[in-house]
Amino acid sequence: MASTSKLSRGIKKASRSHMYHRRGLWAIKAKHGGSFPKAEKPAAAAEPKFYPADDVKPRKPSTRKPNPTKLRSTITPGTVLILLAGRFMGKRVVFLKQLKSGLLLVTGPFKVNGVPVRRVNQTYVIATSTKVDISGVNVEKFDDKYFAREKKKKSKKTEGELFDTEKEATKDLPQFKKDDQKTLDAELLKAIEAVPDLKTYLGARFSLRDGDKPHEMVF
Amino acid sequence: MPFKRFVEIGRVALVNYGKDYGRLVVIVDVVDQNRALVDAPDMVRCQMNFKRLSLTDIKIDIKRVPKKSTLIKAMEEADVKGKWENSSWGKKLIVQKRRAALNDFDRFKVMLAKIKRGGAVRQELAKLKKATA
Repeated sequence: MASTSKLSRGIKKASRSHMYHRRGLWAIKAKHGGSFPKAEKPAAAAEPKFYPADDVKPRKPSTRKPNPTKLRSTITPGTVLILLAGRFMGKRVVFLKQLKSGLLLVTGPFKVNGVPVRRVNQTYVIATSTKVDISGVNVEKFDDKYFAREKKKKSKKTEGELFDTEKEATKDLPQFKKDDQKTLDAELLKAIEAVPDLKTYLGARFSLRDGDKPHEMVF
Repeated sequence: MPFKRFVEIGRVALVNYGKDYGRLVVIVDVVDQNRALVDAPDMVRCQMNFKRLSLTDIKIDIKRVPKKSTLIKAMEEADVKGKWENSSWGKKLIVQKRRAALNDFDRFKVMLAKIKRGGAVRQELAKLKKATA
């Protein structure tokens, strides 16, 4: 609508009938057969049974996806790592590859220091600058599923057998895992024995002695 | 006890504090009671408080505030680097730097070598003891 001019505050220049004509309602009425078209009211929704006390927005599930774990730049395949926690605390092991879960695949080798092929978290590890040649080693078959726990079969026990711990399945390493360890370490040992003193180095545990300043030590 | 090392133009000093810690510099001028103008082949000439300098025995023959090329020539003629690295002070610093840069594997090898040396010494001692017994 064009602007309406006014004589004074609250007093328009055009009269009611003049304004009616200007607005063109008569044309719309003529177009729709005499009466102004009434918009259809949307069907009234059924009254909800329950009104919550507070106006709370419904929570949307997060669409954030976690990033793959970043591997420290000092850790490359073949690096000697020092384990800092767990059963093999202080042991020096060889890093093989990073698994999809972000954990590091390491091995002693088993014959050298008793550490089997194992997964280890990056944060519990010191990376040394010593590298072992790992090109001849095949680590394709090791992934997170290889290390998954075996599901225990639940068998019903009678009252007498409930306290009978002997009958529980013994946790023994399957033979194929032992063979995998052997084949993995065979190649690795060749590379290790090529470097003098490296085998004894991997067999020894790391520890701090008097006077050691770990923040100043180069690893 | 008279002083043997003097602050003079041409005195080689070791920086013992600050950004240039461990650098060998030459005193090329004295600014005032506390500060010297100091220069080295791989450094921009700057002033330093005497407290930051440890004087060495080495002195080179230069005039007050020489050009960089003159300074480098004079340092090579006096063989500052050679004299420093053969002095016991210089040798100690080199060993300290080498030890600080040792790898974990290197430290392990050093330990093995020390044990081996100790064993050899003890064996000889035992032989000598047996001979005199």
